[in-house]
Amino acid sequence: MNPAFSVILLTTLIGAGQGLFLALVTVQIYGVAGLLPPAQGVGLYVGGSAVTLVLLAAGLVSSFFHLGRPERAWRTATMWRTSWLSREVIVLPAFMGTVTLYGLLHLAGWSPVLMTSARGVSLDLSLAVGVVGTVLAFALFVCTAMIYACVRFLAEWHTPLTPLNYTLLGGASGFTLAAALAAQAEAQRVDFLAGWALVLTALAAAGRMASLVRNARLKPRSTIQSAIGVKHPRVVQRSMGFMGGSFNTREFFHGASPGWLRAVKPLFLVLAFAVPLVLLWLARAQAAEGVGALLAAAFAIQYLGLLAERWFFFAQARHPQNLYYQAVS
Amino acid sequence: MSRKQLALVIDLNVCVGCHACVTSCKEWNTSGAAGPMSDQNPFGSDPSGTFFNRVQTFEVGEFPHTETVHFPKSCLHCEDPPCVPVCPTGASYKREEDGIVLVDYDRCIGCKYCSWACPYGARELDADQKVMKKCTLCVDRIYDASLPEIDRKPACVKACPTSARLFGDIHDPQSEVSRAIREQGGYALMPEWGTHPANHYLPRRKTRLRIHEDELVRADNPLRVEGHLPKPASDAATFEDASF
Repeated sequence: MNPAFSVILLTTLIGAGQGLFLALVTVQIYGVAGLLPPAQGVGLYVGGSAVTLVLLAAGLVSSFFHLGRPERAWRTATMWRTSWLSREVIVLPAFMGTVTLYGLLHLAGWSPVLMTSARGVSLDLSLAVGVVGTVLAFALFVCTAMIYACVRFLAEWHTPLTPLNYTLLGGASGFTLAAALAAQAEAQRVDFLAGWALVLTALAAAGRMASLVRNARLKPRSTIQSAIGVKHPRVVQRSMGFMGGSFNTREFFHGASPGWLRAVKPLFLVLAFAVPLVLLWLARAQAAEGVGALLAAAFAIQYLGLLAERWFFFAQARHPQNLYYQAVS
Repeated sequence: MSRKQLALVIDLNVCVGCHACVTSCKEWNTSGAAGPMSDQNPFGSDPSGTFFNRVQTFEVGEFPHTETVHFPKSCLHCEDPPCVPVCPTGASYKREEDGIVLVDYDRCIGCKYCSWACPYGARELDADQKVMKKCTLCVDRIYDASLPEIDRKPACVKACPTSARLFGDIHDPQSEVSRAIREQGGYALMPEWGTHPANHYLPRRKTRLRIHEDELVRADNPLRVEGHLPKPASDAATFEDASF
């Protein structure tokens, strides 16, 4: 497939946004449960929600560049019964609304207690909104990934590893970003968030490498023999029927050299996983001085790596229609 | 299975690869209800354009035992079309009444998702209109009562000089297309995906003479045996009796 930068930006930006929001709610839940010292202020929640919103909005804007007719985008909400793309279009604004509400509740400091458990743990309104947002964040990961995983013709995507990796990669980048934000707004949460970012980055690396191993062993189900229905071991195309390009030759071929494709794989493994793991480790080991810069660098490098990862995700998928577009005579 | 399913049956044994169906399709549809089918830079060095139908050429076998197969390719109007459920707006749909898969250009947002979900590459995004386009089986023509009955067929079928393209209802067992599929080994493309294409292809067929060695040499050839055999007595069995 030919990777579209609008979709690469969409999936990586909203992934980081969802991960960041999950990090905020995680911090709040740990705080409510008494597992973390009480927060010094609402800066992390408010700032984090704002950054989440910016990421989601940027992703939404870039997604419009993938549409031929963006002015009709509102129609996409209609086919949620069958289409994962339609479901994503519904969940994304719902999630953005919930994040807005979550940020505003923290900003206003208005959070009435809804219920209190026997052990004194109280559920307040902002936490309830946070839990709703958490459900929506996971739903959005599933919707986004299933857009790709449900296309059975693209064997590289058609695996449960796709939703798993979208969730883990988004979670890893979001928690790294949360740690970087906490270094500015709530220093005592940095250790906690960087620790989770480490764990998620390691898990994401494992998941992505599992899918790389799986994809390397794939054998295309369709052959040129089944494509035209002629049983002979040697069938070659002599003409695709035209000499100029067409949609079929532009959309389904990435056009990059095999060398570049081979180079991108180690590149994204280093940028998205190896370097951030080292930087997160250093940030946890180091005293307060310079931690913010380290974590910001970790996020920036990881995000760059995820851009390369997503490019590779698209480029690696081989569409069976390409069998019909092999030769210009 | 009772519902009508219109489809094309393409005889690869007859197709000569002349591209008449391609140009006729383009001419009819670019000026018809499904049009325009825009071209970009048509007379320049890098032309591109929207087509519903392409004729491709494949070489089967190794020289000198090669065979050229011309292969017309358009939307197969699958009975279980994978491109339809993925559409987020419902612009892609399969007609209940005759099984034609169509795109509503006014609802299409040009997200290209349906083209990813078609293993045959049958859909093309129009670069000017920015909506997905595909073969309509000339739906604006086959039901047009103002045309003579004989012309109510897809433009590609009408154009084919060798009658390699048949059109009809593959759910009607007595139709020309059903009979052709049944009797001449009609097959579907990429059956491994379970899309159940309605369009079928008829295979290349060879007519071979099977000649046995003893058919080449006549055992009772009179020119060959006469000199070697003694002339039978007049009251003996005749030559033809004697040879067996």
